[in-house]
This record gives sequence, C-alpha cells and structure tokens, in this order.
Amino acid sequence: MRGPRILLYTGLAVVGLFVLVTIFAPAVAPHDPTQSITNERLRPPGGGFLMGTDQLRRDVFSRVIFGGRIPLLVAIFSCATSLTLGTTLGWLSGFSGGWVDRGLSLVMDAIYSFPALVLAIAIVAMLGPGLANMIAAIAFVYVPAYFRVSRGQALVVREQEFVEAARAMGGSTLRLLVRHIAPNTLSAVMTVPSFNIADAILTEAALSFLGFGLPPPTPDWGFDIQNGQRFLQSGFWWLITFPGLVIVTVSLGFGMVGEGLNDLLNPRRRRSVG
Amino acid sequence: MHGDEHWGSESGQKEQRERVVGVGRYILARLALTIPMLLILLTVVFLILRVVPGDPCLAMLGGRNVGPEEIDNCRKTLGVDRPVAEQYLTYLKGIIRGDFGESIRTGLPVIVELLERFPATIELAFTGMFIAVLLGMVTGIFAATHSDRPADHAVRMFNIASFAMPIFWIGLMFISIFAVRLRWLPVGGRLDPIGGAVFEPITRFYLLDALLQRDIPTFLDALRHLVLPAITLGLVVSGFIGRMSRTSMLEVLGKEYVTAARSKGLHERVVIGKHALRNALIPIVTVIGLQFALLMGGAILTETVYSWPGVARYLLESIENRDFPAIQGTVVFIALFISAVNLGVDVLYARLDPRVRY
Repeated sequence: MRGPRILLYTGLAVVGLFVLVTIFAPAVAPHDPTQSITNERLRPPGGGFLMGTDQLRRDVFSRVIFGGRIPLLVAIFSCATSLTLGTTLGWLSGFSGGWVDRGLSLVMDAIYSFPALVLAIAIVAMLGPGLANMIAAIAFVYVPAYFRVSRGQALVVREQEFVEAARAMGGSTLRLLVRHIAPNTLSAVMTVPSFNIADAILTEAALSFLGFGLPPPTPDWGFDIQNGQRFLQSGFWWLITFPGLVIVTVSLGFGMVGEGLNDLLNPRRRRSVG
Repeated sequence: MHGDEHWGSESGQKEQRERVVGVGRYILARLALTIPMLLILLTVVFLILRVVPGDPCLAMLGGRNVGPEEIDNCRKTLGVDRPVAEQYLTYLKGIIRGDFGESIRTGLPVIVELLERFPATIELAFTGMFIAVLLGMVTGIFAATHSDRPADHAVRMFNIASFAMPIFWIGLMFISIFAVRLRWLPVGGRLDPIGGAVFEPITRFYLLDALLQRDIPTFLDALRHLVLPAITLGLVVSGFIGRMSRTSMLEVLGKEYVTAARSKGLHERVVIGKHALRNALIPIVTVIGLQFALLMGGAILTETVYSWPGVARYLLESIENRDFPAIQGTVVFIALFISAVNLGVDVLYARLDPRVRY
C-alpha cells in the first residue's frame, strides 16, 4: 500500500513545483531569457551562470525556467480538448451501440494504430507551425486514448441494473448519459490525463525540436535542444543537457501521478499494472 | 504448443493439418478485417492532408514568392482543382496501383525514393526492436520472478522513466558521451564518408550487403554506425515491453498449471522457461506489434538526430521543401507498413496461441 502513495506524492510534488516555477517564472529566473546578459558566449556552467550561456550570450538557466511555459500550455489545452472530445464520443459510442459504435470504434482504432508523432507532424506540417496548431495536432492524436477507456466503461455500466431501472422509469438518453453513465465511468477516465500530459509534453518537445513550434527567441525546451544540437560536436554539452533533464523530470512527475492514481482509483487492477 | 508432443503420431499429423487450415482461414479473416481498417486510415490521411488545410497548394507555396499562375499550375498537377470526391478516388486508385505521385523536388516517383530509403529504416527499426525485446523481456521476467523485491522496484522505476525520456534527447546525449567525448562510436550516418564511398549496396540493408560481398571492414563500419541509433530507439520502447512481460509473467505464474509443474518437482528453470514463458509470450507479442507504431514515431527522431537516411527523414525533408506529393506518399507508405506489421503480428499470434481459430 505504501508504494503507490509514494509514487503519487513524489509525482505531485514534482508537478506542483514545475507548475509554480512556470507560473512565477519572471520572479524565479535571474535574467531575461531572450536578452544577452554577458559578453561571454557559450560560457560553461558555474560562476553566476548555473547552467552556462548560449551562443547568443543568453542565460541557459533562465531559458530553462521560462521554457516550460509553452509545453505546459500546449499540454493542458490539448489534453483538455482530447479529454472532452474522446470521452464524450466514447460514452456515446458505448452507450448507443449498433453501427454508430462500430463505425466510431473503427475510426478510432485506425487513428490509434498510426504513429502519434507522425500524425501530429503531418497535421502541423499542413496547418503550419504555431501554438494553436500544435495544440490541435496533439489533441487530435490523443482522442482515441480517451475514447477507448470511456467506451469500455460505458459498455460495462450500460448493462448494470441501476441503469436499466433508470431506463425503465422512462429516463431519456441524455439523462441516462449525464446522470448515470458519465459519473460511473469517470474514475477510470481520470487516470488517463496525467499519462496523457506526460506524453503531450514529450510530443510538444519533439515537435518544437523538429522546428514546428514557436519562432525564436521564445524559450521552449524542445527548440533549445535543437539549437544546442549544432554546438554538440564542439563539446558544448550544457546547451542540451539541462533542458532535456527538465523534460525528463517533469514528464516523469506526471507519469508517477498517473501510476499512483491508477493504483489508488482502480485497486482491482493493481496487480496487473506493471 | 502442447501439440508438439503429438506431432510424430498419426493423430498428431491430422491435428497439424487441421491447424494449418485453421491458421490459413484465420489469416484470410484478418486480411478481410485489415482492408476496411486501412481504408479508414487512408481516408483520415486524405482528410488531414487535402481537406483540412483547404488548399494544399496555398499551404505549400503560400509563403514563397510565387505568382498566381504557379499556384494554378500546382493545383493542376496535384489535381486539387477537381471536386473532393474525384480527388479522393484518384488518390485511392493511385495507392492501389502503387503510384504515389512524383516528387516536386526531384521529379522522381515518390515510391522509388521511398523504397530506396526503406531498407535503412527497416534495418534501424528491427535492430531497435530486437534490443527493446531483449532488454524488456529479460528485465520484465526477472522482475516478475523477483516480485516485490528491490530488483522488481528498480525495473519498475526504469520502465516508468523510459516513458518519460525524449528519444531525441537520449540520442543527443549518447552522441555527446560516446561519439564526441569518448570517440568510441561515430556521430551519425550509415557508413564512414571516406571508407564507405566505394561501397556499392545491393539490397541497401548495409549489414547484409557487406556480408554478401564478404566485405568485413564495411560490415563492422555499418555495425558501428548502427549501435547508437538502435540502442536509443530500443531503450525507449523497452519500457513498454518490460512492463507487459512482467505483468504477463506474474499472471501466468499464478496459474494452476505452473503450480502443477512445480509440484511435479521440475526445476524452476524449466517451469519458468518452458511452462510459464510460452504462455506469457502471447500478450507480449501483441504488445510488440503495437509498439511498432511507437517505434516509427521514434524512428523519425532517431533518424533526425543521427542523420540516418531513412523514410522518416525523407518525410521531414519533404516538409521542409514543401514537397506535397512526397509528404502524402510517405504518410501513406507508413500507414501501409503499419497495417502490414499489425497483420503479421496477428498471424504470429495465431501460431503462438492454438486457441485462436476462425
């Protein structure tokens, strides 16, 4: 019983710290992330510059602090969109059955089978780079994850006696969905977002690493790593190491929250979840 | 599986024949299911690439300094001046005939360019998958047989962490450590630019080609170039496989037939290796199949980081050059490949699990 709680609390601590630092970035960061603050370019970490400086003489530490803003924004908005869309479609599909269910399931399975990153890249490539398009692309590829969970739950709840009783008493479809199906499937659905946010942060990082994010000089971990890649062979390791470590930590934090929640909310499945 | 023991006898041969027929029928049934699935996937791709942006020619050429007649020309070449329904049919017909259009950048058929790069991707993907399966299964089974002990917790932490690692960053860190600092392995590419210049590939699977030509130095060179990308790709996928192996093994170890095997006094190695592992393999194979999608996503980043000249890199190059037919062709190609792999995994599944019959 201790294991999952530790995972959950550690995860929550990491996530909480990240969210606070990101919101209060102007107060936490020692320098402006977009301004040259010294006359030494590519200065190694130490001596007033915790993580060194980049080729434009900017403070890497300040860029790392500010660099979480875009990923957090993209992750939250895309996750909220796919949660709403995927869960609603899943409820509808599982509840109504028949050809609606078969059709929707086929479409969702097809999208799910396709590499999420390739799909996201194709969408952003067609829509063009930028914040809204990145959110749309990431939201789209994660819809099936919510769809599957909420549909599966709706299928189970639909057959239960209290739903049958509500239907026998003349409850409308909408009422059945909102009053009975939705609340009873939420606990399973609610474990998805933290994994989803962890994944969305990685996808956002990948997209901005590949150049589909915001134009410079906006600080963004993925883009800063791409920038650092050019100097890697000359041995300037700090440009990529620090943004990357932060991505791993934050994504791991959300992942641990997901694991912990999963163990807590679905105790039946505890043994079966690796 | 358990039928193996009867295979010598007459009834065994009959059983085997029935199984072959059963598997054949199963493959046909799966093939029939793959087609609608593929059709939907191709439709989704069509919608994203042709319908969502409104006008792919404007999306492709809009930012460039081109006149309206050039955009008109582009519309005619791509056929986007026609009604959407007609475009859709032309698109599907092209795919069926294996015609993916011509690259704007090079003028060559896209399918030719893709097939040229496909072996590089396959070589990377399969080596990566091999490493992932090896690492995932060994750690997963070890964790399951040492459940709730420190080794188990360590494996679990590694698995959770592996989901959190940006693959492109891992790749760059490996380059930074093993190629730049220690100089053990090359930074990228498939062959040494000087030594590899004279090498003439046959199949474009460089490892295989070098062996076919008995060119050991080239083989070693190709292998050295493959090590870092394959480990990068494998490491990230191994978490899923490790997780599934652990779960599946734990479940099987609780089954009665395992207890029965143990109570017969069989050695623990035989119990795990023969009785438990074979049954635990079934869900693991499914997960491996599903991971191919993840692997292709990871391949894009791995190929970018290591300048690996594969299909995924071609997609990014095409996007950079706004080469629309090449973008569409590559996405369709990846869709076809993923469907084929899923079908292959299902067939393998049927062979592993005698209960699967249609």
